[in-house]
Amino acid sequence: MTSESRKPNAQENGQQNGQDAGHSNGQVITGSVRLVHAAGMHARPAVKLTKLAKKFQAQISIRASDAAEWINAKSIAKVMALRAARDSIIEIKASGKDAEGAVAALVDLVAADFPDNAP
Amino acid sequence: MNKRANIAGLAYRGRTASIGFAHGPFVLIDGVVRSVRTAGTPKDEAAALRGALRSTGSQIAALAAAAGGDGAQILEFQVALLEDEDFLEPVFAEISGGAPADAAWAATLDAQIADYNSAPDEYLRARSSDLADVRDRVLRTLRGGSSEALKIPEGAVVCADDLPPSQFLEINWSRGGGVALLHGSPTSHVAMLARARGIPMIVQLGSVAAGANTALIDGEGATLELDPTQEHVALFERRRELHQKNRALARAILRRPATSWGGEKIRLLINIARVDDLEHADAKYADGIGLMRTEFLLGRQEGVPDEETQYQAYDAVLRWAGKRPVTIRTFDAGGDKPVPGFTVDGEANPFLGVRGLRLCLVRPEIFAVQLRALARAAVRGNLKVMFPMVTTPDELEAGRRFFADAVKELQADGVPAVFPQVGIMVEVPAAALTVEQFDAAFFSVGSNDLAQYVTACDRSNGALAKLIDPLHPAVLDLIKRVAEQGRRSGRSVSLCGDMAGDPRCIPALLACGLRELSVNPSALALVKQTIDGLSEGGRRV
Repeated sequence: MTSESRKPNAQENGQQNGQDAGHSNGQVITGSVRLVHAAGMHARPAVKLTKLAKKFQAQISIRASDAAEWINAKSIAKVMALRAARDSIIEIKASGKDAEGAVAALVDLVAADFPDNAP
Repeated sequence: MNKRANIAGLAYRGRTASIGFAHGPFVLIDGVVRSVRTAGTPKDEAAALRGALRSTGSQIAALAAAAGGDGAQILEFQVALLEDEDFLEPVFAEISGGAPADAAWAATLDAQIADYNSAPDEYLRARSSDLADVRDRVLRTLRGGSSEALKIPEGAVVCADDLPPSQFLEINWSRGGGVALLHGSPTSHVAMLARARGIPMIVQLGSVAAGANTALIDGEGATLELDPTQEHVALFERRRELHQKNRALARAILRRPATSWGGEKIRLLINIARVDDLEHADAKYADGIGLMRTEFLLGRQEGVPDEETQYQAYDAVLRWAGKRPVTIRTFDAGGDKPVPGFTVDGEANPFLGVRGLRLCLVRPEIFAVQLRALARAAVRGNLKVMFPMVTTPDELEAGRRFFADAVKELQADGVPAVFPQVGIMVEVPAAALTVEQFDAAFFSVGSNDLAQYVTACDRSNGALAKLIDPLHPAVLDLIKRVAEQGRRSGRSVSLCGDMAGDPRCIPALLACGLRELSVNPSALALVKQTIDGLSEGGRRV
């Protein structure tokens, strides 16, 4: 993990949208990481990110560099449409029972520049 | 005046790529088969789309697995799109609103493609071709793959800019029909397929009006006529009848056991591209198989087939042939026949690249499997194996060493195997010019590539079709050279290119000294008839 990435942390309930409604403890886990990939969020990294996100049951959203809109991290079309450039900060938030693991794994993936042996 | 009246009787002249006659419904296609899908209920349509997405996804995933590397990553993006619920949601929304699955899918994808095309980033713009590929694959499955979808009607005259071989193979030609291409070339792969199936094909028509209902293809006159008048249809039918009578006459000649010319027996062999080609009605009259291509084994989604699968295919052909000779050519990938996961990507000039034997020698793990299967099959009958695209005797020897190793290994394991006769294709001018230096058991002239390399004309480039004349004296000179070397050294020489099946070329080939010709099963009758016609006044040259 690089110095740009931060450990996931838990936030108070109440400031998130309806994505996690119905979840028992209602916690939203967030994290952020700098996109170091030279080409930005292009097809290969986007495929890896969505594939990894789909391994978790949590609702996972991401946004790039303070964009207003959060998008579904499990949608390749949406992740590509982010058009996130190199050095943009990717924010990740997740809710659900494996949310913490999901954010940690995604932060690691982006920070390590989408290695081929990624989980 | 209406549009139809403008079209009626319009005629176009092109070049004949496959001779024959066709009269049938006119179907203009552009990349995607534009037949209209009969829509079911929204529930049926949603299920049809789900099914098409699933089968397309597994097709692409299999391609990705075979491709590996960068190719795989690009294809994985396509697979991810097909599994992306957010991406699919608007399509299913349209379907629940009553749209047919194909229309809803195409509309959504077209909008996405337009969006990508307008992206400021060149990389994203380039991804629109991935979307277009996915769009077309799914559409083909939706419109062509299932039984309820209407495909191209039987016996149709199919008109397209060009036709990829895979699409030609998807069309049902059992009731005849024909192909009219605006571009294309008589030497393309699809033209070879058309000739092999006896489907008439005219290429290089330039442009053709849309909207006709029926069309005539006249392979003798190289013409396409749209919405023909009754009078023209009657005239056409008479010409077709005459053509068929001539063919029937030729078929009768086929049954005679041997063909000879100037007192010498001419062996007529057949070219096959897959085992099924032996089902052609005329195949049984052949004196053997002069060329069995093996690239069909490489077109599979699951990659290069294992030794057993290959052995079964080779063995089936040898069983069919009985005592007759069977010449099997080792993988001739590369050039205009790229194979994901096997051929070298990104060559600037693949026709002059790592193809044929050159490729097999650098991919011994793939080559060895084929050689093992061939060595096992050789136990059955009269197998001859030839290497394509050989330039120097060293390459032949290197290939032979691999073969010897394969045989030794099999025998050590107690598996019956023998070392068959090994010969070479003569298609590189350097090999033709130094043919006496090759210690091959036999030679087979690959006249398509030989003509391409001697005339420096890309055979897939229609603009050069006139220049790439197989009857060019330089080409004939090399053929003669190889035939003479065969005669001097007691090695058999055959020719398996398109010119062997072209009545115009046959006298020249016989005059060059060739006594073995290998042609598509559908050309066998015509070739035999041509030689019989010649021999009546024929003399040895």
